[in-house]
Amino acid sequence: MPRTASKTTRKRSKPYTVTSSDTDHVPSASSKTKKSSKENDEKYKLFNKYANTSSGVIDPEGIEKLCSKLKVSHTDIKILMLAWKMKSERQGYFTKAEWRRALKALKVDTTKKLKKALPELEKEVRKPLNFADFYAYAFRYCLTDERQNCIDIETICQLLDMVLGSTFRDQVDHFVDYLKIQNDYKVSTMDQWMGFYRFCNEISFPDMTNYSLELAWPLILDNFFEWMREKQA
Amino acid sequence: MASRQNPKPMTIDEGSVHIDPAVNKLKRILEGKPEPDFLPGEYIGNYTTIYNMCIQKPPHDQSQELYDKYGGIFEDYAKHTVLPSIMEKHDEYMLRELSRRWDINKIMVRWLSRFFFYLDRYFTVRRSLPSLTEVGMTSFRDHVYNNVHFNVKQVIIALVHKEREGQQIDRALLKNVLDLFVENGMGSIKRYEDDFEDFFLQESASYYSRRSSRWIQEDSCPEYMIKAEESLKKEKERVAHYLHSGTEPKLVDIVQTHLLVLVAKQLLEKENSGCSALLRDDKTDDLSRMYRLYHAIPKGLEPVAAAFRLHVTAEGNALIKQAEDAATSGSVEEQVLVRKIIDLHDKYMAYVMDCFQNDTLFHKALKEAFEIFCNKKVAGSSSAELLATFCDNLFRKAGNDKSNDDSTIESTIDNVVKLLDYISDKDLFVEFYRKKLARRLLFGRFNDDHERSILTKLKGQFGGQFTSKMEGMVTDMQLAKDHQTGFEEHIKNLPKGVDFTVTVLTTGFWPSYKTSDLNLPVEMVNCIESFKAYYAIKTNHKRLMWIYSLGTCNLTGRFDSKPIELIVSTYQAAVLCAFNNTDILTYQELLEQVNLSHEDLVRVLHSLSCAKYKFLNKQPASKTISKTDTFEFNSKFTDKMRRIKVCMRKFKKKKKEKTKLIMIVVKQVPLPPVDDRKKVVEDVDKDRRYAIDASLVRIMKSRKVLPHQQLVSECVEQLSRMFKPDIKMIKKRIEDLITRDYLERDTENPSTFKYVA
Repeated sequence: MPRTASKTTRKRSKPYTVTSSDTDHVPSASSKTKKSSKENDEKYKLFNKYANTSSGVIDPEGIEKLCSKLKVSHTDIKILMLAWKMKSERQGYFTKAEWRRALKALKVDTTKKLKKALPELEKEVRKPLNFADFYAYAFRYCLTDERQNCIDIETICQLLDMVLGSTFRDQVDHFVDYLKIQNDYKVSTMDQWMGFYRFCNEISFPDMTNYSLELAWPLILDNFFEWMREKQA
Repeated sequence: MASRQNPKPMTIDEGSVHIDPAVNKLKRILEGKPEPDFLPGEYIGNYTTIYNMCIQKPPHDQSQELYDKYGGIFEDYAKHTVLPSIMEKHDEYMLRELSRRWDINKIMVRWLSRFFFYLDRYFTVRRSLPSLTEVGMTSFRDHVYNNVHFNVKQVIIALVHKEREGQQIDRALLKNVLDLFVENGMGSIKRYEDDFEDFFLQESASYYSRRSSRWIQEDSCPEYMIKAEESLKKEKERVAHYLHSGTEPKLVDIVQTHLLVLVAKQLLEKENSGCSALLRDDKTDDLSRMYRLYHAIPKGLEPVAAAFRLHVTAEGNALIKQAEDAATSGSVEEQVLVRKIIDLHDKYMAYVMDCFQNDTLFHKALKEAFEIFCNKKVAGSSSAELLATFCDNLFRKAGNDKSNDDSTIESTIDNVVKLLDYISDKDLFVEFYRKKLARRLLFGRFNDDHERSILTKLKGQFGGQFTSKMEGMVTDMQLAKDHQTGFEEHIKNLPKGVDFTVTVLTTGFWPSYKTSDLNLPVEMVNCIESFKAYYAIKTNHKRLMWIYSLGTCNLTGRFDSKPIELIVSTYQAAVLCAFNNTDILTYQELLEQVNLSHEDLVRVLHSLSCAKYKFLNKQPASKTISKTDTFEFNSKFTDKMRRIKVCMRKFKKKKKEKTKLIMIVVKQVPLPPVDDRKKVVEDVDKDRRYAIDASLVRIMKSRKVLPHQQLVSECVEQLSRMFKPDIKMIKKRIEDLITRDYLERDTENPSTFKYVA
């Protein structure tokens, strides 16, 4: 049977799906479907290994299981990166469609292969263009409510550590110290979140000689800057 | 002599036989030797000789030879006679000789060029050669001038120095010699400049530099300035008398630089006589001189204006400090302080107008100085508050103080408006003023004319929005009077109740007041109801909100010894009237009956039972009110007065019936001042946040895209009429607007904002 050329338009309704989450499939009635369905089969089998059978999605418990299989901690950035790759919308839950999306993109269908693919994924995400997108995604992912648009400081500290800790250790440590002792802000907005990222990229640290209070940096960073200066004096 | 028809060509040597004697004769005449003048015949003869030699047909045309001879005459004379005669002399004598020789040369050129004139008609023109005059003058320049000008210049400069030191010199001589320099430039001023002027200016510079060093040490500022003025005058005279006019600006510049500009700081800051001292001691002449001198120098006034500003700021700061030191228990004597600041302003404005010729630079310096110290806090109070308090006291006392007649008050009001201009937190002033205005209008006597006058002036200076609420308040008082008359008419025919006055205020104009669900005594309730009925007839759609916290009542206390009239607040009246029906009441019972808050009830009871006059007896008789206390009407109370006014602190008990009740709604019992101030500041801060938001949105809506810095500066500019916004607050508001999706950062350039439609 001739191998199908492209695998990109494989969206088909599956007779054995439990959820209606994959309604984004376009039925194609080519002979490749059989082969593709077999490949998808694998992915779904894998999915079902971790999914909660009643809800039809991978829930936090399932993710824990996945993490232990992958031998990563569930606070590891790689899981977040996986979520990003999936374009997962809800923190702690992976839907079938999201799952398939990621596995397809990574070209894996077993846990072992997935584990092997993670370092590659990390490399890809760390590319500057992708990282900015990933960084913004990380914030949105933590929002629990549709109407909510800010995250409490405690969570922000953890998130900063997770997302920027490896590349900007120094800055993150000082940020987190400051955020913990300041009282002006109890939550952080997306604008401030992105501001941190720009700060890490643009401002030399810890001298911060190219920072200026006159510029359009978010106020929280102005306060951080002044606090640092006081400490350094 | 050859005939006209067939003239025999004359050679130059033959011609010289005729020419040379004429030349020598001329020389002798010019040198002043005894020699008869030329006869007309001789003159014509000389001319003709030359003429003939010129028209001889080539190759006998002697023009070139004649031209050369002419030049040779001058050169010869210059080298062998003129130059030596000058060189052998010195100093002034050399100058005289030079001048003489120059004059001689000029005449010689004139005469000889007449003799040789025919050359100029054709020869020099055709061959594009220098004219005879030019030759003669160039010869002098090349052979005489070029060799002597250096020494001559030295002499001249020495003479100038002599004159500067006070001696007389021959100015006419110098003028001649310097004219000579100019003319030897042959149309260009360069020789004068290079050979004389440059050295002269250099010498002048070092002269005045030395002078200024000495004077600045020895003389006071006014003395120095007089000398400087004198020097400038003398130098200008010098130019007029013997220097070329083009030297004047350069010379003046040098003198000014050395005498005034380079020492400006030292001069102006001289202790005991510098700018500061002159201002302090009213030395208007010296200050005017200072202005005149520095005005002529480009940017020269800047150090003077700076010194002026520093001085005024120091004076202002001293006043502030004085007031701080004098402030006892945290309250500032603002009457004294504000008056002093007004006087300071008048004094220094007078300087600006007179001595400083109304120069904008000085207006600006004055403004900046005042802005610095007028915005300082004095013992915790902002200047906005102090000014508002000042106005309050001014108007309160206006009626009583005879010395404060209308025109004084008017001029004081003008001054207040001027001062307000320097205060950046104008909105804070408005708030404080409004609060105090409310008290004045409701509780005290107020002068409608004065109140309206200041509001009109404020409106003129700061716009209608500034004063709209306050004007509303004043108008309300007028309307209230009308209402009251109407009301009295209305109840005329009804059974007589208690006398009752109501003041109706428009919310929004007035500061906000707390309401409470006070349980009124029944007599008062009737009054309220009847007014409500009247008001409903008069107007539709308006709800009345009763503010009992501001009312006052006149009650008669039927004490054993004698009845005493008590003037109390409505709250106090309510509590006292509770004892009309029973003698003893517990705290809890009172609380239920009167329905005040704990805080208010405690204050009321305290003033009635623990203060100066004890209308109620308290069990136990401690100094503070507690919730377990019991109160009894003190029928034994008495006082020598027939009428007692009770402040909230000291409550007097009132007992028994009231025969008269006067209630004025909306009257404020004074709160402790500190709480008041805090509240005002909080309210103003809140309003500012809204104002900043509105301004930011307005700007972004019209500009659509704007970089951060521009947005901030435009916002500050827009709001500057009312207050100076804090940059941090603006930043915070911007972030808030981003969160609320009014604005967003540009993705390419995060320091630029875009309006989100």
